[in-house]
Amino acid sequence: MTGRRASWIAGLILAAAVLASLFLGRVVVSPMDLIHGLMSPDLSLASLVVTELRLPRAVLAVLVGASLGLSGAVLQGLLRNPLAEPGLLGVGNGAALGAVISIYFGLSQAFPLATPLMGLVGAVGAGLLTFVFGRGGTLTMILAGSAVSGITLAILALALNFAPNPYAGYEMNIWLLGSLSEKSWDHILLAAPFIVAGLGVLATMGRTMDALSLGEVQARSLGIDLDRMRVLALLGVGLAVGAATSVTGSIGFIGLVAPHLVRPFVGHQPSRTLLPSALLGGALLLAADIITRLINTQSELRLGVVTALIGAPFFFWLVLRLRKTAP
Amino acid sequence: MTRVTAQGLTVERGGRAILSDVSCTLEAGTFVALVGANGAGKSTLLSALAGLLKPDRGEVTLDGVPLSRIERRELARRRAYLPQNPRAEWPISVERLVALGLTPQLPAFGGLPGGFEPRLTQAIEACDLTGQRLQPATTLSGGELARAMLARALVGDPEILIADEPITGLDPRHAIDTVQRLQALAAAGKLVIAAVHDLTLAARTATHLMALRQGKLAAFGPMADVLTPDLLRTVFDVEAQVTGTGRDTAVDFHQPVV
Repeated sequence: MTGRRASWIAGLILAAAVLASLFLGRVVVSPMDLIHGLMSPDLSLASLVVTELRLPRAVLAVLVGASLGLSGAVLQGLLRNPLAEPGLLGVGNGAALGAVISIYFGLSQAFPLATPLMGLVGAVGAGLLTFVFGRGGTLTMILAGSAVSGITLAILALALNFAPNPYAGYEMNIWLLGSLSEKSWDHILLAAPFIVAGLGVLATMGRTMDALSLGEVQARSLGIDLDRMRVLALLGVGLAVGAATSVTGSIGFIGLVAPHLVRPFVGHQPSRTLLPSALLGGALLLAADIITRLINTQSELRLGVVTALIGAPFFFWLVLRLRKTAP
Repeated sequence: MTRVTAQGLTVERGGRAILSDVSCTLEAGTFVALVGANGAGKSTLLSALAGLLKPDRGEVTLDGVPLSRIERRELARRRAYLPQNPRAEWPISVERLVALGLTPQLPAFGGLPGGFEPRLTQAIEACDLTGQRLQPATTLSGGELARAMLARALVGDPEILIADEPITGLDPRHAIDTVQRLQALAAAGKLVIAAVHDLTLAARTATHLMALRQGKLAAFGPMADVLTPDLLRTVFDVEAQVTGTGRDTAVDFHQPVV
């Protein structure tokens, strides 16, 4: 199958997921109600639910899922490692730390967008740290990313440990689990420019990733500037995943899984995994979000929990497959 | 006319000179066999000649222009480099693997433009890979992979081919096959530089011999003039015998020098 056909199929899956997410939920809106509600000048419940709740939620899910899917595809291609995922560079954890700090000091109660803003600050800080310490090689960059992740997780644990009151502790914990609920168009307007810029940077890396299928030395001999590419990857992942995590909290496994699902259908050519991984990442995140809405639990089932519950068994599948194909 | 010149190349790692003061001029139409004991600096010299490693002192020039001043894509179009034991990291098809050799010719986006298709087919046929064209590169045998990598290096029609031990690990038939391809390239006016350990094969096919000993250039010149038991003794510390000339040359190693 060519990359174009894989992109079309992933695009159709995404479109189906978007439609499903607009109609499904605790309040079931029929397509007729929706069209009627959008046409009529006065506000109906159906149109309110869709335009103010479900549409922003779906848009955010697509942006965040695409960030995770594309970042995962780029990092797996760059490192030629099937376990690479967006969290590797420490930016996501940096964003989580920033957001948790805003809850810790009660900033989020004074000003609702304080959490995502602080998340962005955290992501930028973590990205800069990874960049400064990780210059010089791919392995160095990954080690620096792990070190930055380690530090941010330690400070996160510290903040949870000394939470000012049980409620703040609960808030932080819940925020860390990741969710698309209670997000408005403001959140999207805040995060979208960074996400789109990040996706744009990552989308330019196809040729490099293909050349890297021959290893770093041959890629360099083919005129690829690896130092520049590493910086671009960090910048792109930092912008996209940093901004995404700032708004939604940590959401695992999408970035790991999406490229793997795409790869066999595009002949394993790294550049051809990019667009389908982004589209499929959006679809997967939407699907997970629909599950959180359809399963009626007393307290909200968080998105990060669902992606982890579905994504972790994927590891077993990966192990089984590697065992079969390994010599 | 392609001409690669090295002047006073010195590479140091951890206070030790891996290459010291190597100077030579390599010209189009020659097949230079680079020999030397393990650790003599062959790979380092090839990397430096390919412009992939910046020497601590000295410089390499291509037609008089220092490699560091040639734009990297331009350099990539003019010289191909094959490292030791190249391998494919993903199970991409042989066809796609070979097409990666066109990377410096291609625009930043999009697939392979139609005009490149004949060159791709030609390179695949020239390296005897038509039957494996759609096979995943990770399932190739050692000999097939070596041929695929050679096709990858040649598809862009470079003026210079630098190969680090292209026949190591190949059976006699594939080894002979590979050196004959290199020989044919040189005969067609390219500059071929390859590190080899099989001196008999090198002596029969290469036009020039370059020998390194502990990072220093021990000898460089036309094969017939340079290949002597004395040189092999100095370079490898082994008593050697050279019999025959031209395509009948044979090199035998005997006792290590004590």
